Amino acid sequence: MGRYVARRLLQLIPVFIGTTFLIYLLVWALPGDPFAGKCGERPCPESFVAVMREKFNMDDPLFIQYGKYLLNLLQGDFGETFSGTSVGTLISNAYPVTIRLALIALLFEALIGVIAGILTGLRGRGFMDNLVLVSTLFLIAIPTFVTGYLVQTVFGLQLGWIAPTVSGNASWGELLAPGFVLASVSMAYVARLTRTSIAENKRADFVRTAVAKGQPQHRVVGVHLLRNSAIPVVTFLGTDLGALMGGAIVTEGIFNINGIGGLVFRSIARQEGTTVTGVVVLLVIVYLVMNLLVDLLYAVLDPRIRYD
Amino acid sequence: MRAGRRTAFIALPTAAALLLTACGGGDNGGDSAADPNSEVTVFTTEPENPLIPGGTNETGGGRVVDTIFSMLVRYDNEDASSINEVAESIEADEDGRVFTITIKDDWKFHDGTDVTAQSFVDAWNWVAYAPNGALNASFFEKIEGYEDVHPADEGEEPTAETMSGLEVIDEHTFQVTLSAPFAIFPETLGYSAYAPLPEAFFEDQEAWEAEPIGNGPFQFVSRVPDQEIKLTRFEDYAGEQQPQIENLTYKVYQSLDAAYTAVVSNDLDVLDQIPVSALAGDAWKTDLEGRTLEVDLLLSYTLSFPLYDEVYEDVNLRRALSLAINREEMAEQIFFGNRLPAQSRVPAVLLDDPEGQCEYCDYDPERAKQLLAESGYTGDVGITYNSDGDHQQWVEAACNSIANTLEIGCNPEPVQTFNVQREIANAREFTTMYRTGWKADYPSIENFLTPLLRTGASSNDGDYSNPEVDAKLDEADQASSVEEATELYMEAERMINEDMPSIPVFDDKGQAGHSTRVENVHLNPLRTLDVLSLSLA
Amino acid sequence: MTDPTAAASAGKMETRAQEEITAEGHGARPGGGADDGKQRSLWGDAWVSLRRRPIFIISAVIILFLTVMALFPGLFTSVDPTKADLSLARQTPSADAWFGYDQQGRDIYARVIHGVRASLVVGVLATLGTVLLGSLVGLFAGFYGGWLDAILSRFADVFFGLPFVLGAIVILSTFNPPGTSYGPVRIIFQVIFSIVVLSWPVTMRIMRSAALTAKQQDYVKAARALGASPTRIIFRHLLPNTLAPVLVYGSIALGTYIALEATLSFLGVGLRTPVVSWGVMISDAKELIRIAPHMLLFPAGALAVTVLAFVMLGDAVRDALDPKMR
Repeated sequence: MGRYVARRLLQLIPVFIGTTFLIYLLVWALPGDPFAGKCGERPCPESFVAVMREKFNMDDPLFIQYGKYLLNLLQGDFGETFSGTSVGTLISNAYPVTIRLALIALLFEALIGVIAGILTGLRGRGFMDNLVLVSTLFLIAIPTFVTGYLVQTVFGLQLGWIAPTVSGNASWGELLAPGFVLASVSMAYVARLTRTSIAENKRADFVRTAVAKGQPQHRVVGVHLLRNSAIPVVTFLGTDLGALMGGAIVTEGIFNINGIGGLVFRSIARQEGTTVTGVVVLLVIVYLVMNLLVDLLYAVLDPRIRYD
Repeated sequence: MRAGRRTAFIALPTAAALLLTACGGGDNGGDSAADPNSEVTVFTTEPENPLIPGGTNETGGGRVVDTIFSMLVRYDNEDASSINEVAESIEADEDGRVFTITIKDDWKFHDGTDVTAQSFVDAWNWVAYAPNGALNASFFEKIEGYEDVHPADEGEEPTAETMSGLEVIDEHTFQVTLSAPFAIFPETLGYSAYAPLPEAFFEDQEAWEAEPIGNGPFQFVSRVPDQEIKLTRFEDYAGEQQPQIENLTYKVYQSLDAAYTAVVSNDLDVLDQIPVSALAGDAWKTDLEGRTLEVDLLLSYTLSFPLYDEVYEDVNLRRALSLAINREEMAEQIFFGNRLPAQSRVPAVLLDDPEGQCEYCDYDPERAKQLLAESGYTGDVGITYNSDGDHQQWVEAACNSIANTLEIGCNPEPVQTFNVQREIANAREFTTMYRTGWKADYPSIENFLTPLLRTGASSNDGDYSNPEVDAKLDEADQASSVEEATELYMEAERMINEDMPSIPVFDDKGQAGHSTRVENVHLNPLRTLDVLSLSLA
Repeated sequence: MTDPTAAASAGKMETRAQEEITAEGHGARPGGGADDGKQRSLWGDAWVSLRRRPIFIISAVIILFLTVMALFPGLFTSVDPTKADLSLARQTPSADAWFGYDQQGRDIYARVIHGVRASLVVGVLATLGTVLLGSLVGLFAGFYGGWLDAILSRFADVFFGLPFVLGAIVILSTFNPPGTSYGPVRIIFQVIFSIVVLSWPVTMRIMRSAALTAKQQDYVKAARALGASPTRIIFRHLLPNTLAPVLVYGSIALGTYIALEATLSFLGVGLRTPVVSWGVMISDAKELIRIAPHMLLFPAGALAVTVLAFVMLGDAVRDALDPKMR
């Protein structure tokens, strides 16, 4: 087990370097001089541009720029934005909000999705099953930006049940509605995944054995069926949490949430390579670590899987 | 940050309550709970530069800089005329080339030091000095000795650190010598580039940037990037009118729509712009009944011609295109009457009588067709615009109007960002018309002409050149009074409009909304909020 | 990753498909080697079961209908979708214009009809690209194993770790050099390209694990013993037996790619005028949702129906190919 984890962690290194370099390359290759539009319709003083280019090492060759960046990063320095704000500060302000939003979304997914999945999976075909199937299909088919605007307009502006936008400190309560919007599509997937998984395992040998042994129904379902059906669901939820933490550009934009997604989106528009790269680096690490954790969870859930 | 801690504790029960009742409209997190009445929140976007007055030129940072600094003059809320603020008097010599500026003697910076003539001279020299790389350096180009501190060529080293045209006479007097007469120079001094800077700035710039010190009615308290900038009333503020509110917090919003919903639900106190989605069908007037205001802004939208491209050399083609744009219908259908069809390239607020300034600025399909025929042009045209601003709809509509009227093809061509648009402009690589907009730095007709249309001017990126216009502008600069200058500038504008180097399309109108908690909300035509009159209801 | 639409279109969707497929892998693989002799009957069975499912018939009919619409929009409307008359702006549905007019005074019905093409082209080509590229890489990685597998897998991880919409935004912004005016074909191609670049690792993973399993089967060992060349083994023996899971993934992904295109256009980095696309229409409508909801409703409805049709089809195909679900 220990060796497996060590090997996986080692494998993260090339992936990490590859991803950061790729993003770095792309961001600095963005068209347009980031300073061309800084002065409105008037051209910026050349002196200003010179000072900025110097400050952000923009006249160095790309590899040297990247090297300098990586070196600073390893020392925990994420660099500065054009306005002189530390990128580290921006990230540490935005990230907790994104994590809260992601957790709320995950909670919705897990609760509603799993319950719906279990109900339909256990019962098999019937009215309930069809209802869940059809409603999940609809959830999948409607893009988030439509759901988001609908929720904001109807519940926020017209009915006044929720605050239509989220304040700067983004408390848990305020994030409920955005979290629900963010969760809507994944919720549908979780429901369907749970349903499929349970339906399959219901006919598995170990369940039949358990029933034959005369174990009580709740034990068969609780210990044998649900535990074994949980594997794909947990995998999905795990990778999804990694994905959700990657920020939700659309949801954050609609509800004015100061999270990671919006930060990156704005930074791309402003061509602030340092911010974009910094955030993406973090996202990639989170994503990779989540994947590792999910793999380790397998071993806990499924006694057949052993890492050595 | 103590408030933040408390917020967390308050927020938890709130969250539980929300879960139970699904009802929590208007919950403003914890800020208001901590100190409900003394703080007024005002919309802003995240400042894109450090908050140095000479280094800030966009509205996000500009709002803050304008609040923590007071300039020599300020602009009236109604007609944007200049009124002395820190200045006691600004006297011009006979040529209109040397100005003696006396400042009032009781002004202080937020750190308690005095505002002196030296504070201005040092600040101006710092901004102009090329190695400092300040964004607003070019505002000092009219001052004698500017070339020495800021050589035109990038590679060249400055030969001096200070401009010879700035001279401190005594503690409260300094003299400004311009390289050429410029009658309206005093009018320009309300722009934030001309703010004074305290000693502390020159001693430790980094520390100053972390906690800016100005001389304005409000002083800096704290800042959370991408969230808020907290200011509080400066007790030693020397202005005639004292601020009415105690604390002012600029809240950073990522989208105007989000800020709008916040102001509707009273979560935000002042919003100085209204998003298109709320202007639509005049919804904002019902959403914000009794808490709206409108001002005519010094902001004009134009379509510029790349005169370096031979296609647009023909003046009749340019006139025809201008005549083919149905400005009235566009203002009505796209902006719901919230923009004014342009009658000339200078916003109507600045002109006593805008009519007759521009012969080719109306919609006249017949004449347009006739002029197009005279020009003999039969190809397609295009309009380039940056898709990161709110321009797509009106540019498309303008294109459709041209296409329908002149029966030639017209393609709206978006580029990703304003940066890209500017890069093409600077490289002189446009092959289509392109969207331009100009917001006045200071309230003068001159600001809409000289920087944009004089031969070789800094923002003349269509390469327009007409020696007669240049001569007329010179004459106006040398006028003996502001009134006389205005007359001459208007004459110059009429000459320019004959040439139609860019098509005036709209004058902007500013709309603002506020919460029920505040009153006396005023914007001036430069869209600056009057933070002095703003008060709690 | 980002929002559900987008993320679903990529990561979540993919992980799901992948998971369902690996879950199947625990027991019998669809079309697994043990049933080698009945290979044809798996597909045959699937077809028989498909024909009986109403969900398949409904979605197939909708897709057929959409395809006709994309190929011959003239059959459904004679109005030019780019013809604008500003005086008609935002008029609600009427006999003249069934879906009303948009902000520029263009006929929304005509635009919805003409918008099918962009959506379908993006969906189909992006799926094709993803499946081809991903399967090929996955097949080689799985078959050869060793260092080649390690390199290809890590390489795939690099793209897999990139948040999807974010990656797409960066790619799309990068490939639009300033000053060029892009024709519709080029814009559509860019969108497809960015989808493929960011989602091939999923098909690669599915294919790789399928190939890994299939490699151990007796018939492959036999072919190898008989001296068959690697190419022959890969294309004659491995490919047919690993196709099912990738196909299932592809059919589900198609719908979500269409939604993804709309999301990108909505964010202003995807398709733009002059391309007539639902995403662009929705993006145009978002500001006016309060006074002209019909501008949002019709393209959003069309989008939802289309995505729904493809997701339903994918669902039906998966059920049909999975023997246990019958």
